[in-house]
Amino acid sequence: MKLPFFRSPDGREGGGSADPTERRDESVLTPAPEAAGVMAGRVPEVKSPSAPAGPTKIAARDVSVFYGDKQALYDVSLDIPDKTVTAFIGPSGCGKSTFLRTMNRMNDTIQGCRVTGKILMDGQDINARSVDPVLLRAQVGMVFQKPNPFPKTIYENVAYGPRIHGLTTSKAELDGIVESSLKKAGLWDEVADRLHSPGTGLSGGQQQRLVIARAIAVNPEVILMDEPCSALDPIATARIEELIDELRERYCIVIVTHSMAQAARVSQRTAFFHMGRLVEHGNTEEIFTNPRERRTLDYITGRFG
Amino acid sequence: MTWLVIPLVAVFAVLAYLAGRGVAQRRAAALHGGQKAHSRPEQHGYYAMIWVAVPALVVTILAGVFSGPLAHNLLAADAPASVQALEPFRREAFFNDARLTGEGQRAFQVWSGELGEALTTEAARSARLHQTLTWGGVLAAILAAVMGGLFAWSQIRPTLRARNRVEGWIGGLLFACSAVAILTTVGIVFSLLWDSLRFFQAVPVTEFLFGTQWSPQIAIRADQVGSSGAFGAVPLFAGTFLIMIIAMIVAAPVGLFSAIYLSEYASALSRGIVKPVLEILAGVPTVVYGFFAALTVGPAFREFFNGLGAMLVGGPLDGMGQYLMLVQNQMALVAGAVMGIMLIPFVSSLSDDIINAVPQSLRDGSYAMGATKSETVKRVLLPAALPGIAGALLLAMSRAIGETMIVTMAAGLAANLTLNPLDTVTTVTVQIVTLLTGDQEFDSPKTLAAFGLGLTLFLVTLLLNIVAQRIVQTYREQYD
Ligand SMILES: Nc1ncnc2c1ncn2[C@@H]1O[C@H](COP(=O)(O)OP(=O)(O)OP(=O)(O)O)[C@@H](O)[C@H]1O
Ligand SMILES: [Mg+2]
Repeated sequence: MKLPFFRSPDGREGGGSADPTERRDESVLTPAPEAAGVMAGRVPEVKSPSAPAGPTKIAARDVSVFYGDKQALYDVSLDIPDKTVTAFIGPSGCGKSTFLRTMNRMNDTIQGCRVTGKILMDGQDINARSVDPVLLRAQVGMVFQKPNPFPKTIYENVAYGPRIHGLTTSKAELDGIVESSLKKAGLWDEVADRLHSPGTGLSGGQQQRLVIARAIAVNPEVILMDEPCSALDPIATARIEELIDELRERYCIVIVTHSMAQAARVSQRTAFFHMGRLVEHGNTEEIFTNPRERRTLDYITGRFG
Repeated sequence: MTWLVIPLVAVFAVLAYLAGRGVAQRRAAALHGGQKAHSRPEQHGYYAMIWVAVPALVVTILAGVFSGPLAHNLLAADAPASVQALEPFRREAFFNDARLTGEGQRAFQVWSGELGEALTTEAARSARLHQTLTWGGVLAAILAAVMGGLFAWSQIRPTLRARNRVEGWIGGLLFACSAVAILTTVGIVFSLLWDSLRFFQAVPVTEFLFGTQWSPQIAIRADQVGSSGAFGAVPLFAGTFLIMIIAMIVAAPVGLFSAIYLSEYASALSRGIVKPVLEILAGVPTVVYGFFAALTVGPAFREFFNGLGAMLVGGPLDGMGQYLMLVQNQMALVAGAVMGIMLIPFVSSLSDDIINAVPQSLRDGSYAMGATKSETVKRVLLPAALPGIAGALLLAMSRAIGETMIVTMAAGLAANLTLNPLDTVTTVTVQIVTLLTGDQEFDSPKTLAAFGLGLTLFLVTLLLNIVAQRIVQTYREQYD
């Protein structure tokens, strides 16, 4: 099930009323690190084969987001398949994080932020009055750009979600969840002997995996990742990318990234955003080898504007 | 009169600036191509300005300080024999009156006969002397300004490191200001130490620290000076801590919870209203809290407890009823409660800062896990902010211990050693106030006891402040 290719009417974009922020964002766009190669006309190689996408997990319809009077996202419609990694790419300030946050209603925590349109998860409107954002967020985990472990022990960090959602009845059960989450996040071997030392004492890459373990511990269905590797070195990044690839079997994953190479490596689907609009989306392979839009091509080859 | 020099010096200084700048410009212009002056012309201007203003001001200040004593000594040196014959105390009074008369004011005393005549001549002499000294001071200041200006003029040349010199002077000035503050504090501490030492010579430290009897009034009886006044400070510290505890029981939860409300729950609108109101509360003078406690809260509490007692009398709790009926206006509870109210804005604004310093990413992390607001506050924000909040509470305690006005008006004077909040107690600060107000002999242990109390109080609050600052500091560093 695929949505017809969506484009907003051109009239919306043009004119001198363009927001200064958007213009600035475009002008400060720095080429992704791999852009050097791309400049020479090469397009990042798509490694992960476009696996058969699962059924649609999240369907966004005409989603717009406003911060106060300022519109940050314009009528985005997109289907996100289950058991798949979907990458959001686009220049800084184009609304990737904003769109990501609509999917677990984190925008609710921002004062003055307003979301219109429909977001369906498994066919159910997540903005409906009957949906409690607290429960929704247990189903839709989120990993942030900067690792943000709580100033607690490693164990307590992972046990945080199960505790607040009352998922366990015994200590043994909780221990089990902590262990299996850390294992799924590929961190168990490194921390098994120091579960009760502070989580903030780990390295950046380990912290990010700890945060992923924390998200997994409540057994979510979707994991949203907002530039999860941008604060990490290449080795830690490779480790997280591997992890994302493993997690794909079980979860619906959405990842925002500024690295074209990363998008090409880890995702099967890619959506390109520009100035608050979804410009193009499709199989990663297609987007990277044969984009339909000029703007997409320019962005992924690092020749923007 | 001497102070008239100051505007004059200001004018000179401005002229010096302009001249210095001009001279520097001209001398720099004379440089051969390729060479550049070390400093900008304005910096030379400031350099000249400093050399004109500083010597003149120093001379003026010296003249202001020393011309009075100097005139006095000159007058006294060749005064008529009749004046010399006066006893020292009277002689001082005479010269004082001579000065006043010379200035055209009225003398304090009537001097008759020979002394009356002497007064007239001495007054004239005093007036002349003062005039001479004043004009001498002014001339000296002008001379100093001119000399300084000439010196600067001789120095100004393209190679002069005027920028560094000026910076040095500014640094020195700023250092002098902070040195004044520090030296004053050190001076206070030393005088406190000195007078406490004298007190502890009269009253042993152990008696002061561990004695449970406080009645300094006895000691002023002539036959008992320094020997048997009761100077056991334990009841005072007990009272101080009782009131502090009550205040903290009020201020800590209310302040902390309002901080949580402000930083986590309040909408921009209600934050915009509540925060300024709390700040206004913080600006209410403590004496206002004091009479609020003494005139409103005290009587209200007394009526409440008396009424409660009246209901209990005759019942199974008859004894307690009898006691409650006798409760008075002044009690630890009233002073503590009102002091707690006073501390609420203090605790809340400190805690608010500390909670706000917890990085947003931790909140996001918690909300993204599906935690509610209160769960996030309880499980993430408070644990993360706890050391800082502990520091804030210690600071509040130290303020509660040092607070004077509220307790003076609402706690009472009786040095009861009790933990009963309905009893009248007294505090260290209240006792210091009562010991030092009114006419006092300056050497009696009674008066000196105030210094002993002051020193102890100072040490306690100093310790609290150091610990609190330490905690708050390390907490700040954690997130930087
Ligand atoms: N809390 C906020 N309040 C007001 N405006 C916001 C807020 N967050 C984002 N915006 C605005 O919304 C637009 C989209 O921001 P968003 O963070 O979604 O961009 P992004 O694509 O994630 O950028 P980046 O790649 O730099 O993270 C930007 O113009 C931004 O200024
Ligand atoms: Mg972003």
